[in-house]
Amino acid sequence: MGTISEEILSNHAEEEVRAGQIVISPVDFTMSQDGTTPLTIVAFDKMEGKEFKNPDRYCAVIDHSVPSPLEGVSNLHTKMREFIGEYGGTLYDIGDGVCHQLVPEKGNALPGEVVIGADSHTCTYGALNCFSTGVGSTDLAAALITGKTWFKVPETIKLVYDGQLEKGVFSKDVALYMVGSLTHRGATYKALELSGEVIDSLSVEARMTITNMAVETGAKVGIMRCDEKVDAYLKERAKRPYKGADPSEDAEYERIVEDDLSDLPPMIAKPHEVDNVAEIEELEGMDIDQVFIGTCTNGRLEDLTMAAKILKGEHVAPDVRFIVSPASREIYLKAMESGVMDALVKAGACVTAASCGPCVGTANGIPSDNEVVISTANRNFKGRMGNINSKIYLASPATAAYSAIKGKLSDPREVMA
Amino acid sequence: MNNLYGKVFRFGENINTDYIISGKYKFKTLDMKELSQHVMEDIRPDFYKEVEKGDFIVAGENFGCGSSREQAPLVIQAAGIGAVLAQSFARIFFRNAINVGLPVIECDTSDIKEGDELKIDLEGGWVYNVTRDEKIPSVPLPPVMVRILHDGGLAEHLKKEGGFS
Repeated sequence: MGTISEEILSNHAEEEVRAGQIVISPVDFTMSQDGTTPLTIVAFDKMEGKEFKNPDRYCAVIDHSVPSPLEGVSNLHTKMREFIGEYGGTLYDIGDGVCHQLVPEKGNALPGEVVIGADSHTCTYGALNCFSTGVGSTDLAAALITGKTWFKVPETIKLVYDGQLEKGVFSKDVALYMVGSLTHRGATYKALELSGEVIDSLSVEARMTITNMAVETGAKVGIMRCDEKVDAYLKERAKRPYKGADPSEDAEYERIVEDDLSDLPPMIAKPHEVDNVAEIEELEGMDIDQVFIGTCTNGRLEDLTMAAKILKGEHVAPDVRFIVSPASREIYLKAMESGVMDALVKAGACVTAASCGPCVGTANGIPSDNEVVISTANRNFKGRMGNINSKIYLASPATAAYSAIKGKLSDPREVMA
Repeated sequence: MNNLYGKVFRFGENINTDYIISGKYKFKTLDMKELSQHVMEDIRPDFYKEVEKGDFIVAGENFGCGSSREQAPLVIQAAGIGAVLAQSFARIFFRNAINVGLPVIECDTSDIKEGDELKIDLEGGWVYNVTRDEKIPSVPLPPVMVRILHDGGLAEHLKKEGGFS
Protein backbone atom coordinates (compact mmCIF):
# COMPACT_ATOMS: atom_id res chain seq x y z
CA MET A 1 0.00 0.00 0.00
CA GLY A 2 1.50 3.36 -0.97
CA THR A 3 1.59 6.25 -3.40
CA ILE A 4 0.59 5.67 -7.04
CA SER A 5 4.25 5.26 -7.97
CA GLU A 6 4.90 2.79 -5.14
CA GLU A 7 1.79 0.81 -6.09
CA ILE A 8 2.80 0.54 -9.74
CA LEU A 9 6.42 -0.35 -9.02
CA SER A 10 5.37 -2.88 -6.35
CA ASN A 11 3.03 -4.57 -8.84
CA HIS A 12 5.83 -4.74 -11.39
CA ALA A 13 8.56 -5.89 -9.02
CA GLU A 14 6.14 -8.41 -7.44
CA GLU A 15 7.12 -7.28 -3.97
CA GLU A 16 6.06 -4.40 -1.73
CA VAL A 17 8.49 -1.59 -2.35
CA ARG A 18 8.82 1.84 -0.79
CA ALA A 19 10.52 5.13 -1.64
CA GLY A 20 14.30 4.79 -1.59
CA GLN A 21 14.44 1.12 -2.57
CA ILE A 22 15.99 -0.03 -5.83
CA VAL A 23 13.76 -2.20 -8.03
CA ILE A 24 14.26 -4.13 -11.23
CA SER A 25 11.02 -3.64 -13.14
CA PRO A 26 9.62 -5.10 -16.33
CA VAL A 27 8.89 -2.37 -18.86
CA ASP A 28 5.51 -2.37 -20.64
CA PHE A 29 6.44 -0.07 -23.50
CA THR A 30 9.54 1.69 -24.83
CA MET A 31 10.02 4.60 -27.19
CA SER A 32 12.86 6.57 -28.75
CA GLN A 33 12.96 9.48 -31.18
CA ASP A 34 15.28 10.64 -33.95
CA GLY A 35 17.60 12.49 -31.58
CA THR A 36 18.06 9.45 -29.33
CA THR A 37 17.52 6.35 -31.49
CA PRO A 38 20.89 6.57 -33.30
CA LEU A 39 22.72 6.29 -29.96
CA THR A 40 20.29 3.56 -28.89
CA ILE A 41 21.46 1.60 -31.95
CA VAL A 42 25.10 2.18 -30.97
CA ALA A 43 24.38 0.96 -27.43
CA PHE A 44 22.36 -2.02 -28.71
CA ASP A 45 25.32 -3.09 -30.87
CA LYS A 46 27.79 -2.51 -28.05
CA MET A 47 25.67 -4.75 -25.81
CA GLU A 48 25.79 -7.33 -28.62
CA GLY A 49 21.99 -7.28 -28.80
CA LYS A 50 20.56 -10.01 -31.01
CA GLU A 51 16.84 -9.26 -30.78
CA PHE A 52 14.23 -7.21 -29.00
CA LYS A 53 12.69 -8.94 -26.01
CA ASN A 54 9.24 -7.53 -26.93
CA PRO A 55 9.25 -6.07 -30.45
CA ASP A 56 5.55 -5.17 -30.27
CA ARG A 57 6.30 -2.98 -27.25
CA TYR A 58 8.70 -0.56 -28.94
CA CYS A 59 8.29 2.36 -31.28
CA ALA A 60 10.83 4.69 -32.87
CA VAL A 61 9.52 8.09 -33.89
CA ILE A 62 11.02 10.51 -36.42
CA ASP A 63 9.64 13.77 -35.08
CA HIS A 64 12.41 16.22 -34.19
CA SER A 65 13.91 16.97 -37.60
CA VAL A 66 10.95 16.65 -39.97
CA PRO A 67 11.32 16.54 -42.92
CA SER A 68 15.09 16.17 -42.67
CA PRO A 69 16.79 19.52 -43.26
CA LEU A 70 20.35 18.14 -43.55
CA GLU A 71 22.11 15.18 -45.13
CA GLY A 72 23.63 14.12 -41.79
CA VAL A 73 20.14 13.93 -40.30
CA SER A 74 18.84 12.03 -43.34
CA ASN A 75 21.53 9.39 -42.89
CA LEU A 76 20.61 8.94 -39.22
CA HIS A 77 16.92 8.67 -40.14
CA THR A 78 17.83 5.91 -42.60
CA LYS A 79 19.73 4.09 -39.84
CA MET A 80 16.55 4.19 -37.71
CA ARG A 81 14.42 2.77 -40.51
CA GLU A 82 16.96 -0.03 -41.04
CA PHE A 83 17.08 -0.80 -37.30
CA ILE A 84 13.30 -1.22 -37.11
CA GLY A 85 13.35 -3.15 -40.40
CA GLU A 86 15.86 -5.61 -38.99
CA TYR A 87 14.66 -6.11 -35.42
CA GLY A 88 10.95 -5.21 -35.43
CA GLY A 89 9.07 -2.57 -33.48
CA THR A 90 6.97 0.17 -35.01
CA LEU A 91 8.40 3.10 -36.94
CA TYR A 92 6.51 6.36 -37.06
CA ASP A 93 8.02 8.27 -39.94
CA ILE A 94 7.94 11.96 -40.91
CA GLY A 95 4.54 13.57 -40.60
CA ASP A 96 3.08 10.92 -38.28
CA GLY A 97 3.48 13.15 -35.25
CA VAL A 98 5.31 13.85 -32.00
CA CYS A 99 6.34 10.82 -29.94
CA HIS A 100 4.49 11.98 -26.81
CA GLN A 101 1.26 12.31 -28.73
CA LEU A 102 1.67 9.06 -30.66
CA VAL A 103 2.39 6.78 -27.68
CA PRO A 104 -0.83 7.65 -25.80
CA GLU A 105 -2.89 8.17 -28.98
CA LYS A 106 -2.03 4.66 -30.19
CA GLY A 107 -2.94 3.23 -26.78
CA ASN A 108 0.57 2.21 -25.76
CA ALA A 109 0.81 3.97 -22.39
CA LEU A 110 -1.82 2.57 -20.06
CA PRO A 111 -2.94 2.98 -16.46
CA GLY A 112 -0.82 1.01 -14.03
CA GLU A 113 1.95 0.43 -16.58
CA VAL A 114 5.65 1.26 -16.59
CA VAL A 115 6.87 3.02 -19.73
CA ILE A 116 10.30 4.43 -20.51
CA GLY A 117 11.23 6.64 -23.42
CA ALA A 118 14.48 8.11 -24.62
CA ASP A 119 13.12 11.63 -24.33
CA SER A 120 12.79 13.66 -21.15
CA HIS A 121 9.13 14.49 -21.70
CA THR A 122 8.11 10.82 -21.51
CA CYS A 123 6.58 11.80 -18.15
CA THR A 124 3.59 13.05 -20.22
CA TYR A 125 1.79 9.68 -19.93
CA GLY A 126 1.40 10.15 -16.18
CA ALA A 127 -1.91 11.79 -17.10
CA LEU A 128 -3.00 8.25 -17.99
CA ASN A 129 -1.93 6.88 -14.59
CA CYS A 130 1.17 5.43 -16.21
CA PHE A 131 4.55 5.43 -14.45
CA SER A 132 6.45 6.87 -17.39
CA THR A 133 9.82 8.53 -17.40
CA GLY A 134 12.63 9.67 -19.65
CA VAL A 135 15.89 7.77 -19.89
CA GLY A 136 18.96 7.92 -22.09
CA SER A 137 19.75 5.79 -25.10
CA THR A 138 21.83 3.21 -23.21
CA ASP A 139 19.07 2.55 -20.67
CA LEU A 140 16.63 2.23 -23.55
CA ALA A 141 18.83 -0.26 -25.41
CA ALA A 142 19.15 -2.33 -22.23
CA ALA A 143 15.35 -2.40 -21.91
CA LEU A 144 14.96 -3.44 -25.55
CA ILE A 145 17.24 -6.41 -24.94
CA THR A 146 16.13 -7.46 -21.44
CA GLY A 147 12.56 -6.11 -21.26
CA LYS A 148 13.54 -4.55 -17.94
CA THR A 149 15.11 -1.56 -16.29
CA TRP A 150 16.05 -0.44 -12.79
CA PHE A 151 14.57 2.39 -10.76
CA LYS A 152 15.07 3.97 -7.42
CA VAL A 153 11.50 4.17 -6.10
CA PRO A 154 10.85 7.92 -5.84
CA GLU A 155 9.50 9.82 -2.89
CA THR A 156 6.28 11.61 -3.82
CA ILE A 157 5.18 15.21 -3.51
CA LYS A 158 1.38 15.35 -3.58
CA LEU A 159 -0.04 18.43 -5.31
CA VAL A 160 -3.73 19.12 -4.75
CA TYR A 161 -5.08 21.81 -7.07
CA ASP A 162 -8.59 22.82 -6.04
CA GLY A 163 -10.95 25.57 -7.20
CA GLN A 164 -12.21 26.44 -10.65
CA LEU A 165 -10.04 28.00 -13.35
CA GLU A 166 -11.17 31.35 -14.65
CA LYS A 167 -12.23 31.56 -18.33
CA GLY A 168 -9.09 32.23 -20.36
CA VAL A 169 -6.92 30.27 -17.93
CA PHE A 170 -5.85 26.79 -19.01
CA SER A 171 -3.87 23.73 -18.02
CA LYS A 172 -0.72 25.35 -19.46
CA ASP A 173 -1.09 28.15 -16.94
CA VAL A 174 -1.43 25.52 -14.20
CA ALA A 175 1.71 23.77 -15.49
CA LEU A 176 3.71 27.02 -15.48
CA TYR A 177 2.41 27.83 -12.02
CA MET A 178 3.50 24.36 -10.86
CA VAL A 179 7.03 24.76 -12.24
CA GLY A 180 7.30 28.29 -10.86
CA SER A 181 6.22 27.24 -7.38
CA LEU A 182 8.34 24.08 -7.19
CA THR A 183 11.30 25.61 -9.13
CA HIS A 184 13.26 23.77 -11.79
CA ARG A 185 14.95 21.51 -9.29
CA GLY A 186 12.38 21.38 -6.51
CA ALA A 187 11.30 17.83 -7.31
CA THR A 188 14.54 16.29 -8.62
CA TYR A 189 14.44 12.46 -8.37
CA LYS A 190 10.88 12.67 -7.00
CA ALA A 191 7.39 11.83 -8.20
CA LEU A 192 4.63 14.40 -8.43
CA GLU A 193 1.13 13.07 -7.75
CA LEU A 194 -1.52 15.51 -8.94
CA SER A 195 -5.17 15.64 -7.92
CA GLY A 196 -7.93 18.06 -6.92
CA GLU A 197 -10.93 19.77 -8.48
CA VAL A 198 -8.88 21.50 -11.17
CA ILE A 199 -7.31 18.26 -12.36
CA ASP A 200 -10.69 16.48 -12.27
CA SER A 201 -12.25 19.22 -14.40
CA LEU A 202 -9.62 18.99 -17.17
CA SER A 203 -9.77 16.74 -20.22
CA VAL A 204 -7.12 14.03 -20.61
CA GLU A 205 -5.44 16.15 -23.32
CA ALA A 206 -5.24 19.12 -20.99
CA ARG A 207 -3.91 16.96 -18.16
CA MET A 208 -1.08 15.80 -20.42
CA THR A 209 0.07 19.43 -20.70
CA ILE A 210 0.69 19.39 -16.94
CA THR A 211 2.32 15.97 -16.63
CA ASN A 212 4.45 16.82 -19.69
CA MET A 213 6.05 19.61 -17.71
CA ALA A 214 6.71 17.56 -14.55
CA VAL A 215 10.31 17.08 -15.70
CA GLU A 216 10.77 20.86 -15.67
CA THR A 217 10.69 20.59 -11.87
CA GLY A 218 13.30 17.83 -12.02
CA ALA A 219 10.68 15.15 -11.29
CA LYS A 220 10.94 11.55 -12.47
CA VAL A 221 7.20 11.28 -13.06
CA GLY A 222 4.07 13.42 -12.82
CA ILE A 223 1.19 11.06 -12.23
CA MET A 224 -2.58 11.24 -11.85
CA ARG A 225 -5.34 8.79 -10.98
CA CYS A 226 -7.22 6.76 -13.54
CA ASP A 227 -10.79 8.07 -13.77
CA GLU A 228 -13.72 7.74 -16.20
CA LYS A 229 -12.18 10.38 -18.48
CA VAL A 230 -9.04 8.27 -18.84
CA ASP A 231 -11.14 5.17 -19.52
CA ALA A 232 -13.13 7.07 -22.16
CA TYR A 233 -9.93 8.35 -23.81
CA LEU A 234 -8.55 4.82 -23.98
CA LYS A 235 -11.75 3.02 -24.94
CA GLU A 236 -11.00 2.81 -28.66
CA ARG A 237 -7.23 3.11 -28.23
CA ALA A 238 -5.87 0.76 -25.54
CA LYS A 239 -3.65 -1.92 -27.07
CA ARG A 240 -3.92 -4.13 -23.99
CA PRO A 241 -6.19 -4.64 -21.00
CA TYR A 242 -5.13 -2.49 -18.05
CA LYS A 243 -5.76 -1.92 -14.39
CA GLY A 244 -5.30 1.53 -12.88
CA ALA A 245 -3.38 2.11 -9.65
CA ASP A 246 -4.78 4.22 -6.82
CA PRO A 247 -2.82 5.56 -3.89
CA SER A 248 -3.74 3.91 -0.59
CA GLU A 249 -5.32 5.87 2.25
CA ASP A 250 -2.19 5.52 4.34
CA ALA A 251 0.28 6.44 1.57
CA GLU A 252 3.24 8.42 2.84
CA TYR A 253 4.16 11.61 1.02
CA GLU A 254 7.31 13.67 1.27
CA ARG A 255 4.93 16.60 1.50
CA ILE A 256 1.42 17.61 0.48
CA VAL A 257 0.88 21.00 -1.15
CA GLU A 258 -2.70 22.28 -1.40
CA ASP A 259 -3.56 25.24 -3.60
CA ASP A 260 -6.75 26.94 -4.71
CA LEU A 261 -6.25 28.06 -8.30
CA SER A 262 -9.52 30.01 -8.74
CA ASP A 263 -7.59 33.28 -8.91
CA LEU A 264 -4.79 32.01 -11.13
CA PRO A 265 -4.18 34.42 -14.04
CA PRO A 266 -2.60 33.43 -17.38
CA MET A 267 1.08 32.68 -16.70
CA ILE A 268 4.23 33.27 -18.73
CA ALA A 269 7.69 31.72 -18.36
CA LYS A 270 10.31 34.36 -19.15
CA PRO A 271 13.74 33.74 -20.66
CA HIS A 272 15.83 31.70 -20.11
CA GLU A 273 14.43 29.32 -17.45
CA VAL A 274 11.08 27.57 -17.24
CA ASP A 275 10.65 28.41 -13.57
CA ASN A 276 11.14 32.13 -14.25
CA VAL A 277 7.37 32.61 -14.31
CA ALA A 278 5.31 35.78 -14.15
CA GLU A 279 1.65 36.68 -14.17
CA ILE A 280 0.65 38.01 -17.58
CA GLU A 281 0.04 41.50 -16.24
CA GLU A 282 3.78 42.03 -15.75
CA LEU A 283 4.51 41.58 -19.45
CA GLU A 284 1.34 42.70 -21.20
CA GLY A 285 2.02 44.90 -24.23
CA MET A 286 5.49 43.48 -24.93
CA ASP A 287 6.25 43.48 -28.69
CA ILE A 288 6.54 40.05 -30.26
CA ASP A 289 7.98 38.74 -33.54
CA GLN A 290 7.00 35.08 -33.75
CA VAL A 291 4.22 32.95 -32.29
CA PHE A 292 4.48 29.17 -32.22
CA ILE A 293 1.61 26.83 -31.32
CA GLY A 294 2.47 23.15 -31.16
CA THR A 295 4.71 20.56 -29.40
CA CYS A 296 4.15 17.66 -27.02
CA THR A 297 2.96 20.24 -24.50
CA ASN A 298 0.32 22.08 -26.53
CA GLY A 299 -0.06 20.77 -30.08
CA ARG A 300 -3.20 18.75 -29.38
CA LEU A 301 -6.63 19.14 -30.97
CA GLU A 302 -8.04 21.04 -28.01
CA ASP A 303 -5.12 23.51 -28.23
CA LEU A 304 -5.53 24.11 -31.96
CA THR A 305 -9.29 24.40 -31.53
CA MET A 306 -8.88 27.05 -28.83
CA ALA A 307 -6.45 28.99 -31.02
CA ALA A 308 -8.85 28.76 -33.97
CA LYS A 309 -11.73 29.99 -31.84
CA ILE A 310 -9.76 33.14 -31.01
CA LEU A 311 -8.34 33.60 -34.52
CA LYS A 312 -11.44 32.81 -36.58
CA GLY A 313 -12.26 35.75 -38.81
CA GLU A 314 -9.17 37.61 -37.59
CA HIS A 315 -5.65 37.89 -38.97
CA VAL A 316 -2.36 37.88 -37.10
CA ALA A 317 -0.63 41.28 -36.85
CA PRO A 318 1.33 42.20 -39.99
CA ASP A 319 4.74 42.03 -38.31
CA VAL A 320 4.11 38.70 -36.56
CA ARG A 321 5.03 35.31 -37.99
CA PHE A 322 2.66 32.56 -36.87
CA ILE A 323 3.72 28.89 -36.96
CA VAL A 324 1.48 25.94 -36.13
CA SER A 325 2.66 22.32 -35.74
CA PRO A 326 -0.10 19.76 -35.09
CA ALA A 327 1.11 17.06 -32.69
CA SER A 328 -0.04 14.15 -34.86
CA ARG A 329 -1.50 13.19 -38.21
CA GLU A 330 -4.78 12.28 -36.46
CA ILE A 331 -4.94 15.75 -34.92
CA TYR A 332 -4.04 17.36 -38.25
CA LEU A 333 -6.85 15.47 -40.00
CA LYS A 334 -9.42 16.23 -37.31
CA ALA A 335 -8.41 19.90 -37.37
CA MET A 336 -9.01 19.92 -41.12
CA GLU A 337 -12.36 18.17 -40.87
CA SER A 338 -13.63 20.50 -38.15
CA GLY A 339 -12.61 23.74 -39.86
CA VAL A 340 -9.95 24.49 -37.26
CA MET A 341 -7.13 24.32 -39.80
CA ASP A 342 -9.10 26.49 -42.20
CA ALA A 343 -9.44 29.22 -39.57
CA LEU A 344 -5.74 29.03 -38.63
CA VAL A 345 -4.47 29.15 -42.20
CA LYS A 346 -6.80 32.01 -43.11
CA ALA A 347 -5.55 33.87 -40.04
CA GLY A 348 -2.02 33.68 -41.44
CA ALA A 349 -0.61 30.46 -40.01
CA CYS A 350 2.38 28.76 -41.56
CA VAL A 351 1.56 25.11 -40.81
CA THR A 352 4.41 22.60 -40.55
CA ALA A 353 4.23 18.82 -40.72
CA ALA A 354 2.87 17.02 -37.64
CA SER A 355 6.16 17.07 -35.72
CA CYS A 356 8.13 18.89 -33.01
CA GLY A 357 8.34 21.85 -35.41
CA PRO A 358 10.52 24.77 -34.26
CA CYS A 359 10.54 23.73 -30.54
CA VAL A 360 14.17 22.71 -30.33
CA GLY A 361 15.86 24.37 -33.30
CA THR A 362 16.32 21.15 -35.22
CA ALA A 363 14.26 21.69 -38.32
CA ASN A 364 12.72 25.09 -38.97
CA GLY A 365 11.36 28.35 -37.56
CA ILE A 366 14.65 29.55 -36.03
CA PRO A 367 14.21 33.12 -34.75
CA SER A 368 16.69 35.84 -35.71
CA ASP A 369 18.86 37.89 -33.33
CA ASN A 370 16.95 39.93 -30.73
CA GLU A 371 13.60 38.45 -31.70
CA VAL A 372 10.90 37.69 -29.17
CA VAL A 373 8.99 34.42 -29.51
CA ILE A 374 5.79 33.38 -27.76
CA SER A 375 5.80 29.59 -27.72
CA THR A 376 3.46 26.96 -26.33
CA ALA A 377 6.41 24.59 -25.80
CA ASN A 378 7.86 23.43 -22.49
CA ARG A 379 11.36 24.93 -22.59
CA ASN A 380 12.72 28.42 -23.09
CA PHE A 381 16.42 27.78 -22.49
CA LYS A 382 18.86 30.17 -24.12
CA GLY A 383 19.33 29.00 -27.70
CA ARG A 384 16.59 26.39 -27.41
CA MET A 385 15.03 27.33 -30.76
CA GLY A 386 18.41 27.56 -32.45
CA ASN A 387 19.52 31.14 -31.74
CA ILE A 388 21.11 32.21 -28.44
CA ASN A 389 20.31 35.85 -29.19
CA SER A 390 16.54 35.39 -29.26
CA LYS A 391 14.14 35.33 -26.33
CA ILE A 392 11.48 32.68 -25.75
CA TYR A 393 8.40 33.24 -23.59
CA LEU A 394 6.20 30.23 -22.81
CA ALA A 395 2.42 30.59 -22.69
CA SER A 396 -0.89 28.82 -23.30
CA PRO A 397 -2.29 28.44 -26.84
CA ALA A 398 -4.97 31.02 -26.02
CA THR A 399 -2.41 33.59 -24.87
CA ALA A 400 -0.28 32.81 -27.93
CA ALA A 401 -3.19 33.12 -30.39
CA TYR A 402 -4.56 36.35 -28.94
CA SER A 403 -1.07 37.86 -28.77
CA ALA A 404 -0.55 36.96 -32.44
CA ILE A 405 -3.58 39.07 -33.41
CA LYS A 406 -2.47 42.01 -31.29
CA GLY A 407 1.23 41.84 -32.17
CA LYS A 408 1.91 42.25 -28.46
CA LEU A 409 1.70 39.93 -25.50
CA SER A 410 -1.99 40.07 -24.59
CA ASP A 411 -4.33 38.63 -21.98
CA PRO A 412 -6.78 36.11 -23.54
CA ARG A 413 -9.30 36.77 -20.78
CA GLU A 414 -10.23 39.89 -22.76
CA VAL A 415 -11.85 37.73 -25.44
CA MET A 416 -12.85 34.74 -23.32
CA ALA A 417 -15.07 36.41 -20.73
CA MET B 1 40.35 5.09 -13.19
CA ASN B 2 40.20 5.20 -9.43
CA ASN B 3 42.39 8.25 -8.98
CA LEU B 4 41.83 11.31 -11.09
CA TYR B 5 43.89 14.50 -11.24
CA GLY B 6 43.18 17.70 -13.14
CA LYS B 7 42.27 21.35 -13.06
CA VAL B 8 38.87 22.92 -12.64
CA PHE B 9 36.61 24.67 -15.12
CA ARG B 10 33.98 26.36 -13.05
CA PHE B 11 30.34 26.63 -14.17
CA GLY B 12 27.24 27.96 -12.43
CA GLU B 13 23.84 26.56 -11.52
CA ASN B 14 21.32 24.73 -13.73
CA ILE B 15 23.64 23.95 -16.63
CA ASN B 16 21.12 22.34 -18.97
CA THR B 17 21.70 19.79 -21.73
CA ASP B 18 21.01 22.43 -24.42
CA TYR B 19 24.05 24.33 -23.11
CA ILE B 20 26.17 21.17 -22.92
CA ILE B 21 25.37 20.31 -26.53
CA SER B 22 22.87 22.34 -28.50
CA GLY B 23 19.93 20.55 -30.14
CA LYS B 24 20.87 22.10 -33.47
CA TYR B 25 24.07 20.00 -33.61
CA LYS B 26 23.20 16.75 -31.94
CA PHE B 27 20.79 15.48 -34.55
CA LYS B 28 23.40 15.69 -37.29
CA THR B 29 26.03 13.13 -36.45
CA LEU B 30 27.14 10.32 -34.17
CA ASP B 31 30.75 11.55 -34.25
CA MET B 32 31.20 12.65 -30.63
CA LYS B 33 34.66 14.04 -31.31
CA GLU B 34 33.15 16.40 -33.87
CA LEU B 35 30.23 17.29 -31.58
CA SER B 36 32.61 17.90 -28.67
CA GLN B 37 33.91 21.01 -30.43
CA HIS B 38 30.55 22.56 -29.55
CA VAL B 39 30.48 21.50 -25.90
CA MET B 40 29.21 24.41 -23.73
CA GLU B 41 29.64 26.80 -26.66
CA ASP B 42 26.50 28.85 -25.98
CA ILE B 43 27.70 29.78 -22.49
CA ARG B 44 31.50 29.47 -22.83
CA PRO B 45 32.69 29.73 -26.45
CA ASP B 46 35.93 27.88 -27.22
CA PHE B 47 35.66 25.82 -24.04
CA TYR B 48 36.76 22.68 -25.87
CA LYS B 49 40.02 24.37 -26.91
CA GLU B 50 40.88 25.18 -23.29
CA VAL B 51 40.35 21.68 -21.89
CA GLU B 52 43.28 19.39 -21.32
CA LYS B 53 42.69 15.68 -20.94
CA GLY B 54 41.62 14.82 -17.41
CA ASP B 55 40.33 18.26 -16.43
CA PHE B 56 37.14 18.63 -14.43
CA ILE B 57 33.86 20.47 -14.87
CA VAL B 58 32.68 21.81 -11.51
CA ALA B 59 29.20 23.27 -11.19
CA GLY B 60 26.47 24.23 -8.75
CA GLU B 61 22.99 22.75 -8.38
CA ASN B 62 21.04 20.77 -10.97
CA PHE B 63 23.77 20.04 -13.51
CA GLY B 64 22.44 18.41 -16.70
CA CYS B 65 18.80 19.41 -16.39
CA GLY B 66 16.65 19.33 -19.50
CA SER B 67 16.64 16.70 -22.18
CA SER B 68 17.51 13.01 -22.06
CA ARG B 69 20.17 13.33 -24.77
CA GLU B 70 23.01 10.95 -24.02
CA GLN B 71 25.14 13.10 -26.30
CA ALA B 72 25.51 15.39 -23.25
CA PRO B 73 27.74 13.09 -21.14
CA LEU B 74 29.31 11.65 -24.31
CA VAL B 75 30.55 15.02 -25.62
CA ILE B 76 31.89 15.93 -22.19
CA GLN B 77 33.77 12.64 -22.21
CA ALA B 78 34.94 13.14 -25.81
CA ALA B 79 36.22 16.63 -24.93
CA GLY B 80 38.59 14.94 -22.47
CA ILE B 81 36.86 15.84 -19.21
CA GLY B 82 37.74 13.32 -16.49
CA ALA B 83 34.75 13.89 -14.21
CA VAL B 84 31.90 16.28 -13.49
CA LEU B 85 31.45 17.51 -9.94
CA ALA B 86 28.28 19.31 -8.88
CA GLN B 87 26.28 20.25 -5.85
CA SER B 88 23.46 18.20 -7.40
CA PHE B 89 22.58 16.58 -10.74
CA ALA B 90 19.40 16.23 -12.78
CA ARG B 91 18.41 12.58 -12.71
CA ILE B 92 18.48 11.56 -16.39
CA PHE B 93 21.90 13.15 -16.95
CA PHE B 94 23.24 11.45 -13.82
CA ARG B 95 22.04 8.03 -14.99
CA ASN B 96 23.30 8.58 -18.53
CA ALA B 97 26.75 9.62 -17.29
CA ILE B 98 27.12 6.45 -15.21
CA ASN B 99 25.79 4.34 -18.10
CA VAL B 100 28.47 5.66 -20.46
CA GLY B 101 31.20 5.49 -17.81
CA LEU B 102 31.67 9.22 -17.12
CA PRO B 103 32.34 9.73 -13.39
CA VAL B 104 29.86 12.16 -11.82
CA ILE B 105 30.46 13.27 -8.27
CA GLU B 106 27.87 14.87 -6.04
CA CYS B 107 29.65 16.94 -3.39
CA ASP B 108 29.85 20.40 -1.84
CA THR B 109 31.40 22.41 -4.67
CA SER B 110 30.89 25.84 -3.11
CA ASP B 111 34.58 26.36 -2.27
CA ILE B 112 36.01 25.03 -5.52
CA LYS B 113 37.21 27.79 -7.84
CA GLU B 114 38.19 28.11 -11.49
CA GLY B 115 41.71 26.80 -12.02
CA ASP B 116 41.93 24.84 -8.74
CA GLU B 117 43.70 21.52 -8.97
CA LEU B 118 41.81 18.51 -7.66
CA LYS B 119 42.67 14.94 -6.85
CA ILE B 120 39.72 12.56 -6.76
CA ASP B 121 39.55 9.11 -5.21
CA LEU B 122 36.43 7.52 -6.68
CA GLU B 123 36.44 4.37 -4.56
CA GLY B 124 37.38 6.22 -1.39
CA GLY B 125 34.55 8.73 -1.94
CA TRP B 126 36.44 11.98 -1.53
CA VAL B 127 37.75 14.96 -3.46
CA TYR B 128 41.00 16.64 -2.41
CA ASN B 129 41.40 20.30 -3.43
CA VAL B 130 45.18 20.49 -3.84
CA THR B 131 45.16 24.27 -4.37
CA ARG B 132 43.23 24.98 -1.16
CA ASP B 133 44.32 21.96 0.87
CA GLU B 134 40.74 20.89 1.53
CA LYS B 135 39.25 17.40 1.60
CA ILE B 136 35.62 17.20 0.48
CA PRO B 137 33.51 14.05 1.01
CA SER B 138 31.29 12.93 -1.87
CA VAL B 139 27.76 11.47 -1.76
CA PRO B 140 27.98 7.68 -2.26
CA LEU B 141 26.32 6.13 -5.35
CA PRO B 142 23.55 3.51 -5.06
CA PRO B 143 25.10 0.00 -5.23
CA VAL B 144 23.62 -0.73 -8.68
CA MET B 145 25.39 2.35 -10.06
CA VAL B 146 28.67 1.41 -8.41
CA ARG B 147 28.51 -1.97 -10.18
CA ILE B 148 27.70 -0.34 -13.55
CA LEU B 149 30.50 2.24 -13.24
CA HIS B 150 32.91 -0.42 -12.03
CA ASP B 151 32.22 -2.50 -15.15
CA GLY B 152 32.85 0.56 -17.35
CA GLY B 153 29.23 1.40 -18.19
CA LEU B 154 25.89 -0.33 -18.65
CA ALA B 155 26.80 -2.05 -21.93
CA GLU B 156 29.80 -3.80 -20.39
CA HIS B 157 27.82 -4.53 -17.21
CA LEU B 158 25.03 -6.26 -19.14
CA LYS B 159 27.46 -8.27 -21.23
CA LYS B 160 29.19 -9.43 -18.07
CA GLU B 161 26.05 -10.16 -16.05
CA GLY B 162 23.83 -11.31 -18.92
CA GLY B 163 20.99 -9.10 -17.65
CA PHE B 164 19.94 -6.99 -14.68
CA SER B 165 20.81 -8.67 -11.41
